[in-house]
Amino acid sequence: MIFMANSLKRSGNLVVSISKRCYSTTTISQQQQQQSSSAGNATVNLFTAINQALHIALETDPRAYLFGEDVGFGGVFRCTTGLADRFGKDRVFNTPLCEQGIVGFGIGLAAMGNRAIAEIQFADYIFPAFDQIVNEAAKFRYRSGNQFNCGGLTIRTPYGAVGHGGHYHSQSPEAFFCHVPGLKVVIPRSPQQAKGLLLACIRDPNPTIFFEPKWLYRLAVEEVPDHDYMLPLSTAEVIREGSDITLVGWGAQLAVMEQACADAEKDGISCELIDLKTLIPWDKETVEASVRKTGKLLVSHEAPVTGGFGAEIAASITESCFLRLEAPIARVCGLDTPFPLVFEPFYMPTKNKILDAIKTTVNY
Amino acid sequence: MAIWFRRSKDITIHFKKYNLGLLGFFTQNFKSSSFFHQFGNSSTSPTSFNGNFRIPKYILFPNSPPLFSFRRFESVEAEKQIDSEDQEHDKQALDFPGGRVTFTSHLRFLSESPEKRIHCYRILDDNGQPILGSNFRQVSKEVAVKMYNHMVTLQILDTIFYEAQRQGRISFYVTTNGEEAINIASAAALTMDDIIFPQYREPGVLLWRGFTLQEFANQCFGNKSDYGKGRQMPIHYGSKKLNYFTVSSTIATQLPQAVGAAYSLKMDKKNACAVTYFGDGGTSEGDFHAALNFAAVTEAPVIFICRNNGWAISTPTSEQFRSDGVVVKGQAYGIRSIRVDGNDTLAIYSAVCEAREMAIREHRPVLIEALTYRVGHHSTSDDSTKYRSANEIEHWKMARDPVTRYRKWIGKKGWWTDNEETELRSNVRKEIMQAIQVAEKVEKPPLMDLFTDVYDCPPPNLCEQEGLLRETVKKHPQDYPTDVPV
Ligand SMILES: Cc1ncc(C[n+]2csc(CCOP(=O)(O)OP(=O)(O)O)c2C)c(N)n1
Ligand SMILES: [Mg+2]
Repeated sequence: MIFMANSLKRSGNLVVSISKRCYSTTTISQQQQQQSSSAGNATVNLFTAINQALHIALETDPRAYLFGEDVGFGGVFRCTTGLADRFGKDRVFNTPLCEQGIVGFGIGLAAMGNRAIAEIQFADYIFPAFDQIVNEAAKFRYRSGNQFNCGGLTIRTPYGAVGHGGHYHSQSPEAFFCHVPGLKVVIPRSPQQAKGLLLACIRDPNPTIFFEPKWLYRLAVEEVPDHDYMLPLSTAEVIREGSDITLVGWGAQLAVMEQACADAEKDGISCELIDLKTLIPWDKETVEASVRKTGKLLVSHEAPVTGGFGAEIAASITESCFLRLEAPIARVCGLDTPFPLVFEPFYMPTKNKILDAIKTTVNY
Repeated sequence: MAIWFRRSKDITIHFKKYNLGLLGFFTQNFKSSSFFHQFGNSSTSPTSFNGNFRIPKYILFPNSPPLFSFRRFESVEAEKQIDSEDQEHDKQALDFPGGRVTFTSHLRFLSESPEKRIHCYRILDDNGQPILGSNFRQVSKEVAVKMYNHMVTLQILDTIFYEAQRQGRISFYVTTNGEEAINIASAAALTMDDIIFPQYREPGVLLWRGFTLQEFANQCFGNKSDYGKGRQMPIHYGSKKLNYFTVSSTIATQLPQAVGAAYSLKMDKKNACAVTYFGDGGTSEGDFHAALNFAAVTEAPVIFICRNNGWAISTPTSEQFRSDGVVVKGQAYGIRSIRVDGNDTLAIYSAVCEAREMAIREHRPVLIEALTYRVGHHSTSDDSTKYRSANEIEHWKMARDPVTRYRKWIGKKGWWTDNEETELRSNVRKEIMQAIQVAEKVEKPPLMDLFTDVYDCPPPNLCEQEGLLRETVKKHPQDYPTDVPV
């Protein structure tokens, strides 16, 4: 089953929950005001920004390849549109329907000094490739004493809720991969971020998994520089400054957290919001610096709370900032259930769940 | 099946005794399957065989029916034939696990493909005319008409549900257009004790087994009456009482599971097999290969039914595999296999009947590759005109439609009239519209169902999360759908 972002057709009251998730950060709304953008920038959505990054990656490196299920005609989310025509079927191609094959093939291609950009159609379908990723890609360098590496491998895959995806078109499996030394895990929050981070992943000398927030493919619109640029990996960003509590998140969830921060502000609570961007190896310093300032921390992600990456952040910050913490670290995450269809609005770490947790933590 | 035969009165059943010399293998294995029927007197126009399938040449010559009637089973025997060239070297052989391997001094690689593609078993030509000399399982009027009824119902179900998705009433849908014959005829050839492991494009099997239109609607609307409790996307049907395991979106995962279930049936000495369906795309997954190999090694009574419909979303089979389709993969794993015209209801029916008997009686897996075409878009999220030609779709939709072809056959038999057709279509349409209206009004499953069934009973973390969620819902009711009882 596939669905595309354009089928965000919802019935009844769920429409509300979608519009609530429309991406908006302060920086972006500022940028959107200048509708007539300066030369070299265009306002584009997330899938277009990713398409641009892939275009640049293929253009700037003749040894870059792009492949995966249905990639040839543009991919089920349109991220690879036009690339097979532009770079030829030898470099941009459909693979057979086999995720372990896609990743294994990518490892071999990368091990020969190429940039292998592999697409897994949905993060929910990455598991057949788990062995190739965990036992092979992640350990390729280490086990050979650095004689070999597959650092040219980048796995792109859409993740997360989309309003009607049910069990197998909604999951956020990032934590599984954060448990694997040797991989990098990166999740962008917006078009501009996606382009720069994806190019950084593709050119990073380590195997990288790039999770794309599929809810935002069409919804997130932002001014994106036309040119080739990279954003640093393992560098978090304070996207909203504040003094009362630190919030840490990544990907699509940041838009929800942003709204909670805005609402909290109305109640006089000043929130600092951090986009972690790279989950492993993660930028502990930025988070620690913020928590030292605010004394409180809330982490939020869509994946189930138990064993989610929020647990790692909470444990690390407890170790390093124990004496500075003024309240227990809060986690507002998905429930410990499979991702449900009808119950999706209940499962999700909503703005109000976050807002409630902000208040509880601040008033602890 | 035998019961249906006995019930049928108005048709002549030809019990054909097969020549042991010609059909040695088959006669041995089908002693009880004496319902094989052979068309011998219908005239067939050679011009009707101009389709995409590569029909073996001899079908084109209607004056050689005996040849055709046994040739089609040749592949089963082929394995035992010894390459005459290698006979010279017979004495120089290697005893090797699996049997004696003869030596050859010829440096010769096996070809990547056979000279001719494996032929395709077919009974009805494009005009619904039985092919002269074909042998097949006799179908009673009752079963024949019931199959047609179900194919039509499936078509209308698809049309209306697809439309309901377009109107935003359900969130997703997948049609079975073009694959009605595989769905219905394979289901008709099985018994209710056979266990189904579906992919997602086989709702017709469930329909045949008695899943009601209301039950289909309830699942697609994810209401309180959906057996899956609203947890999965539309079309993820499942029914314990109908021995139909719940659909999972993940491709090919059901295949090794079917083998495990089949093994259980064998160990329990049940007169039943496991049957699993999958697409051409699914054959690329590791699970497909694991399943075939396990099935062969464990001698499991499982039937693998591949719906080779030409496409896996936008990926044509030429980019999926370079073998002669799927049927040849069976032999590589030591599995008896057949290629069938998937748009020929009678051919599917016969092939599955035979496969079932072989599977159960001989404890062996069977692979069936049904050649067909996905006439609709992959799903409601897909626009297939982006990657395939309108002509191609049109050709399969009009010239090769399995329902039309079958309609012609039962029509010629005098078993179905235009009046019956009109009445059936209007009745089914009404029933489905009614089912949708009812399903839409039924409330959603209660909030409790979010937490049940994760385990047999909810562990403490889920109890705690349920408590917290209920508080949140009380505090922020505006965040939550009103049709889910809290
Ligand atoms: C493991 C896995 N990978 C990818 C997908 C996405 N996907 C859904 S259907 C499909 C194509 C399946 O094609 P095929 O097996 O030929 O079945 P058909 O749709 O033609 O009936 C794909 C790639 C999936 N559901 N599961
Ligand atoms: Mg297919």
